[in-house]
Amino acid sequence: METLTSDVAIVGAGGAGLRAAIALAESNPGLRIALISKVYPMRSHTVAAEGGAAGVIKDNDSFDNHFNDTVAGGDWLCDQDAVEFFIHEAPKELTRIEHWGCPWSRQADGHVAVRPFGGMKVERTWYAADKTGFHLLHTLFQTTLKYPSIKRYDEYFSTDIVAVDDACQGVVALEMRTGQLRFFRAKAVIIATGGAGRIFPFTTNGAIKTGDGMAMAYRIGVPLKDMEFVQYHPTGLPGTGILITEGSRGEGGILVNKDGYRYLQDYDLGPPDPWPRKKAMELGPRDRLSQAFWHEQQKGRTIKTDYGDVVHLDLRHLGEAKINERLPMVRELSKSYVGIDPVDAPIPVRPVVHYTMGGIDTDINGATRVGGLFAAGECACVSINGANRLGSNSLTELLVFGARAGRAAAEYAAAGGGAAVSEALVTEQAEAAENRVLALFRRTNGIEDIAALRRELTATMEAGAGIYRSEGSLQEACAKMAEIRQRYASIELRDKSNVFNTDLTEALELKSMIDVASALAVSAYHRTESRGSHQRLDYTDRDDEKFLKHSLATYAAQGEPRIDYCDVVITRSKPGDRVYGGKQE
Amino acid sequence: MRETIHQLEVLRYDPETDTAPHFQTYAVTCQEDWVVLDAINYVKENLDRTLSYRWSCHMAVCGSCGMVVNGEPVLSCHAFVRDYPEKIRVEPLANFPIERDLVVAIDDFVEKLTSVKPYIISAEERPVESGENLQSPEQLAVFKQYADCINCLLCYSACPQYALNDSFIGPAALALAHRYNLDSRDEGRSARADVVASNPGIWECSFVGACSEVCPKDVDPAAAIQQTKIASTVDYFMRFLMPWRKQ
Repeated sequence: METLTSDVAIVGAGGAGLRAAIALAESNPGLRIALISKVYPMRSHTVAAEGGAAGVIKDNDSFDNHFNDTVAGGDWLCDQDAVEFFIHEAPKELTRIEHWGCPWSRQADGHVAVRPFGGMKVERTWYAADKTGFHLLHTLFQTTLKYPSIKRYDEYFSTDIVAVDDACQGVVALEMRTGQLRFFRAKAVIIATGGAGRIFPFTTNGAIKTGDGMAMAYRIGVPLKDMEFVQYHPTGLPGTGILITEGSRGEGGILVNKDGYRYLQDYDLGPPDPWPRKKAMELGPRDRLSQAFWHEQQKGRTIKTDYGDVVHLDLRHLGEAKINERLPMVRELSKSYVGIDPVDAPIPVRPVVHYTMGGIDTDINGATRVGGLFAAGECACVSINGANRLGSNSLTELLVFGARAGRAAAEYAAAGGGAAVSEALVTEQAEAAENRVLALFRRTNGIEDIAALRRELTATMEAGAGIYRSEGSLQEACAKMAEIRQRYASIELRDKSNVFNTDLTEALELKSMIDVASALAVSAYHRTESRGSHQRLDYTDRDDEKFLKHSLATYAAQGEPRIDYCDVVITRSKPGDRVYGGKQE
Repeated sequence: MRETIHQLEVLRYDPETDTAPHFQTYAVTCQEDWVVLDAINYVKENLDRTLSYRWSCHMAVCGSCGMVVNGEPVLSCHAFVRDYPEKIRVEPLANFPIERDLVVAIDDFVEKLTSVKPYIISAEERPVESGENLQSPEQLAVFKQYADCINCLLCYSACPQYALNDSFIGPAALALAHRYNLDSRDEGRSARADVVASNPGIWECSFVGACSEVCPKDVDPAAAIQQTKIASTVDYFMRFLMPWRKQ
């Protein structure tokens, strides 16, 4: 196996990975940077984010507001030191990417425009129409082309992190074009592979969001933190799960049930008027809105379709001109994929898996407990999102913590990396990783089918670990995941070609999905309380006494992960009630 | 929901075993709201694990799944099966080497994109503390359309000039160069001129407009190329008339 040596290797070239690469190149132009991704950077799923990125910039806003919104939105499970850093860095990062050319939408006077978003007290979401993630990703990607020290390895599928004596030595990756494995030897590695929404059947996440980076870190002993917290976005198109941005409610859209009734007023989010109004009704936080849908469905007040129940997102009162200016993609997506022009008719929507709040356990620098291994973006859990992320905090997060992890990795690498380790052990580990892939590639007599096993996995997660959970449903999910893990050992590839073999990469992705889904189900089973996006039908209250804590799932080669807990960092906001709607006044 | 059976004729090519590409036909029962990508995914999941293609977002923004369907370059996630006859022929994008099945090698585009310096070039980098650049909605509107390019490369597949002459930088990369040239925050037009204006291709671009016709995001690269030609011509003459003028 060929070894390619660099100072820092980044796995994942979406928003966080690209931002980390630029931070590395700028802080130390002498560093050799390997930017490795299983897709070309512009295909990364940051591209699909729509509504915007939060950062305090206007005179009517304050850092305290952004802090309080984020911490309460996260049901007090956020680390407040990380949130503090985040909110202060946010406007700087958003300004920086403005300087790099991001086409932010503007006010008439030329200043950047902001729009209201769910759970935010003041409008502070910068946006580029409703294609913010797309513009942010392309601006970052195009900006990386300036730096000769960033060497890209596009369509290289990373399979394993190599670590010896708790110090990271690099990653092993498959060159998809040739089927050859390479050892990317590096002093530091940054994981920036995004979320794992594909472990659910109905998700806004693209096909590539299979949790590979989370699983790689997990398998070398880095815990996955707060994995039980999965965000359902309240407005996805039925069937495809295509995201209809929260920006459409920020601009004034309303949600109604089958009777045309704005049902959110029945769930502590009303009264409905005046509208639009911050932190109320349709501008409540995502967890509350998705849970309200579930209750409406129980009451039989949702609308039946071929793709499950829906409610209606009504934008008609915004008028065609405003829809075209602010929400052009929403209009186009709705017309194309459900045949509804939102100018004339309400859009059918239902809650859809959107975001993993949990992820690789890191400190505020993005550093993990393995020396030289960093993580940033959705794959990481710093944690600023706690039990429920507020819309438009994630694009900002990947800039702020992508940059921070990049700088931290630059320092680590410039200082020479970790202590010297046995070269024989490094080689042995890298070869073991290579041999695992080759064994999978060559295995015969397999009886399990990759696509069928993946369908069983996603169905298991939806049934057991959806918007509402219970001991029974989670027990079943954990047992089924254990079974799927066993059966994975009996899969066999049907494609034996070395060239762009997606049978092989899907098999590798399925392994990641199994690891991440198991950690999620077991973490959820052990959290016997309801907090944010984790709602238990059998433990309906928040239990700060026992569970004002982060969960940490540690991989076990055999059997279920071990679950431990660590304290949440509380600096200036004591846990209180999350108040939305009229009760705020 | 209404279902129809389609014969999906898919181009297959594995350089390890095939001397030439060939077609393989799959019968797929499609629902009326399916896109061509759904039918291909059905094949991959249920009929043939060896089929290779790229896809991710399934919402026409990541640009991965460009293919030629019944002769037209399209995003397969945005091409509805109901708009096609019973026989649907699926081929990789034209004008790029086939890597495997529906996967083409796009190295040439990535190099060309890099060559046009698609990033803000300014004499001095402003510190973030100085705040945002002011840019009016009108100034934004001047380039916004060209910034909407998702790099799906349907335009290269459709471009008769690129088919003849692969040194032509091509529609998407030229549109992106133009996007930065038009941005009120940018001062890099002369730095890009070496590559853009001197590229023989742009003068040979015949304004057929095939690129703009197939563009799924209404970027209109043909307009960008025509505007680039005009701007370059003006630059050329101004050099003699007003040699002191900043380019």
